[in-house]
Amino acid sequence: MNFETTIGLEVHVELKTNSKIFSPSPVGYGAESNLNTNVIDWGYPGVLPTTNKGVVKDGIIAALALHANVNQHPHFDRKNYFYPDNPKAYQITQQDTPDAKDGWIEINVDGKKKKIGIEEMHIEEDAGKNSHGKNYSYVDLNRQGTPLIEIVSKPDIASPDEAYAYLEALRQRILFTGISDVKMEEGSMRVDVNISIRPYGQKEFGTKVELKNLNSFNYVRKGLAYEEKRQRQILMSGGKIQQQTRRFDENNGTTILMRVKEGSDDYRYFPEPDLPSLDISDKWIDEINSKMPEMPTSRRNRYINELGLTDYDAMVLTQTKEMSDFFDKMIELGADAKMASNYLQGNVNAYLNDKQIDLSQTKITPENLTTMIKLIENSTISSKMAKKVFKAITEGKEPEKFVNDNGMVQLSDPKKLQPIIDEVLSNNQQSIEDFHNGKDRAIGFLVGQIMKQTRGKANPQVVNKLLMASINK
Amino acid sequence: MNFLNKDITSIHQSLVNGDITAEQLTKQAIENAKNNEKDINAFITIDEENAIKRAQEIDKRGINPDNLLSGIPVAMKDNLLTKDVLTSAGSKMLSNFKPIISGTAVNKMLDADTISIGKTNMDEFAMGSSTETSYYGRTHNPWNLDKVPGGSSGGSAASVASGDVLAALGSDTGGSIRQPAAFNGIVGMKPTYGRVSRWGLIAFASSFDQIGPLTKNVYDNALVLNHIAGHDEHDLTSSDKEVPDFTSEIDSGVKGMKIGLPKEYLGEGVSDDVREAIKSAADKYREMGADVEEVSLPHSKYGVAAYYIIAPSEASSNLQRFDGIRYGYRSENAKNLDQLYVKSRSEGFGDEVKRRIMLGTYSLSAGFFDAYFKKAAEVRTLINKDFQKVFQNYDLILTPTTPTPAFGLDEEKDPLTMYMNDILTIPVNMAGLPGMSLPAGFSNGLPIGMQLIGKPFDETTMYKAAYAFEQNTDFHKQTPKIGGDK
Repeated sequence: MNFETTIGLEVHVELKTNSKIFSPSPVGYGAESNLNTNVIDWGYPGVLPTTNKGVVKDGIIAALALHANVNQHPHFDRKNYFYPDNPKAYQITQQDTPDAKDGWIEINVDGKKKKIGIEEMHIEEDAGKNSHGKNYSYVDLNRQGTPLIEIVSKPDIASPDEAYAYLEALRQRILFTGISDVKMEEGSMRVDVNISIRPYGQKEFGTKVELKNLNSFNYVRKGLAYEEKRQRQILMSGGKIQQQTRRFDENNGTTILMRVKEGSDDYRYFPEPDLPSLDISDKWIDEINSKMPEMPTSRRNRYINELGLTDYDAMVLTQTKEMSDFFDKMIELGADAKMASNYLQGNVNAYLNDKQIDLSQTKITPENLTTMIKLIENSTISSKMAKKVFKAITEGKEPEKFVNDNGMVQLSDPKKLQPIIDEVLSNNQQSIEDFHNGKDRAIGFLVGQIMKQTRGKANPQVVNKLLMASINK
Repeated sequence: MNFLNKDITSIHQSLVNGDITAEQLTKQAIENAKNNEKDINAFITIDEENAIKRAQEIDKRGINPDNLLSGIPVAMKDNLLTKDVLTSAGSKMLSNFKPIISGTAVNKMLDADTISIGKTNMDEFAMGSSTETSYYGRTHNPWNLDKVPGGSSGGSAASVASGDVLAALGSDTGGSIRQPAAFNGIVGMKPTYGRVSRWGLIAFASSFDQIGPLTKNVYDNALVLNHIAGHDEHDLTSSDKEVPDFTSEIDSGVKGMKIGLPKEYLGEGVSDDVREAIKSAADKYREMGADVEEVSLPHSKYGVAAYYIIAPSEASSNLQRFDGIRYGYRSENAKNLDQLYVKSRSEGFGDEVKRRIMLGTYSLSAGFFDAYFKKAAEVRTLINKDFQKVFQNYDLILTPTTPTPAFGLDEEKDPLTMYMNDILTIPVNMAGLPGMSLPAGFSNGLPIGMQLIGKPFDETTMYKAAYAFEQNTDFHKQTPKIGGDK
């Protein structure tokens, strides 16, 4: 029997606004416990939330980045549940009127392109964190009220590879908008996964299993692949899939039963009476839209179609917005696209990997790297010399000045080279004879002599051309 | 001296003239309150030390001759956050809660240099119409100690009626300012929803709750609202509409004013004495030159039913934060997290609060939401539309505040009968309109209140009409013999 797989992903993205979604407390990592809080974050009696307009704006940006339709009159709802990290015992979220609906993003798996639909997006507040000591449990409310966007996929994802590609594409698009760091390891991107399988042709979806503890895209792919296989085996052997929540075990790549779900939790959603519904004007959406950064797919198409880069180059350059912006700036400054691409993927990436830093933390700029590339292009320096110049750039030195100060300018002028060649030839008559007698090695010797005279600065191509002309006279 | 027949303007004059100091006045208020406490129990906390300290400061600064409220003793309902002073909301749950902030309305009263002498008793979390559900004991009606003072702002109303203070703040979710004002023969205003900031009011039902003043007379009431009204950046449901001076044209009369008398508010369930008082009031208005005509508000009769879906739903969510984790009562008997929740809440909340939490939780539950909460919200819209229709042709609506005068403390009351007590006030909260109660007669020595309902943010017209009525009647001049003939 053949089965088809349906995967649903709920992605939570933490926004990097200055203040929280419903209180003026700052948003940030690493502060002392409960320092970034105030009475609103504590769920203090008698206090009220106020909506951070910046979060609403980021919600619109995310919606536009994912081709979703912005809801212009959304309201907030309360999701009620008791937990110590949830101080009001309700989360302010959007249930009834999502921030945006019906979006899509394109994924590419093994060269096959596919659109994955986005069901809806909500803006909501994050909870605090509980931790447990020997005799006490502790609550840290620093994270309470951090703004989140929840992005729910349509049941279009049909394989673990597609799930991986979807997450990768989603992460990249959000990253390019600049509204979030989208880092799984820091919790600014979190993924909830569900998967079901059904025999081909069956109309109804199979029973969903939820997976937890998927702390990287790779784990998502591995967990789903394991789960797909597990469910297939159950159905093949005549069994039934139970509605479960399972935990991914990163040590052996399997999933372990956490709890069996019967029915669904009752969160008693109702409209949040403390916050008036929002009124988002066409004008505001247009204004945000006009300032939207170009998305990675569009950039890739431009790099391939207009700049003649390969698919691979375009993909590597659009891994981060920083790199892509850097590259675009170099093109604007007149750098050769292929050379700029090669240097960014080669020397620059190697340098970043070696130092374990981001591009913005270096002294490399689009300006100094473009200058270096132009020096190579007009033969002022050789690509061998460029290695030294690149190192100088990383130390914050100006490439032109560095080349001049160190006498590194390549000798390409025939008027200056010809006398040197003539001198070498007159001093090495034997070699000329050898050459004419068919000993090609003699040329290598003569070039070496010229290089020695110019202390390595002679442009080898020009030297070769002039030498051949002189020797054959 | 007590303040039974005094008003803020005359006391202010004595303060300015130096006949009395703010300190003397405050000590007098505290003495009055203490003397009345054993009969009335209007206060949960009498904050003697802070009040006297504040009065001394104000005396030192000097009474501001341009600010009528300067140096005036007042009281605050115990669900209003007052910094460092117990704010229990009448509940065991918050019997140890001293907030680190004061609410906006309280701060505005402090900015106006009033002196709060304490926190008044109330139904637990404002859930009740008799001030009998308080953890701190029942409050008695100063007109007859065997009767209830109404609720939930029963302590605020009784403290004003018995002459302890000249003004008190209360809160009104379904009638909690107007009904006790009616039962105590004083003036109580529930402003338009959004007129006064709710920041610092311990929430009962957020889409209904509104803070307002209780005073001996109409002018004093307008004075206090002048000070507490206005937009607050902490409360997005507070309106940014300009706040007029409610006293400036208060004496301009009612000539030409159109007043609607809804027939549904004088029908079955309203006692004869109350009906007669309202009919006399209508005649009085006609005498003064207003047009009074019968109108219809057909959906108001569903108000109580819909209210007891929506308000408990919101309350069930608002009161979830009282879980024994961060502040308030925590059970000592819990051995795990679930027990901590269940025991803290079971031991910390009283019966009426639990009843409403259960009502609300049920109404919001999956599968019931559409049949209950959603339906009730639709009813709310219909009630509001009725009012809008009437207000196309009328300036004000006149009704009784309550179906009967104050009922007995020890009368047998089932919850439903109690809920019906608010049948005439609840629709006003449903529609977010301003409503006020003022004295309109007596029956067997108990005050009868009449309710004026205004257009949204048109408290000005209500005060005008109320002032005109007051000037042409003497109900407000009568005072209770506290502790007297029972």
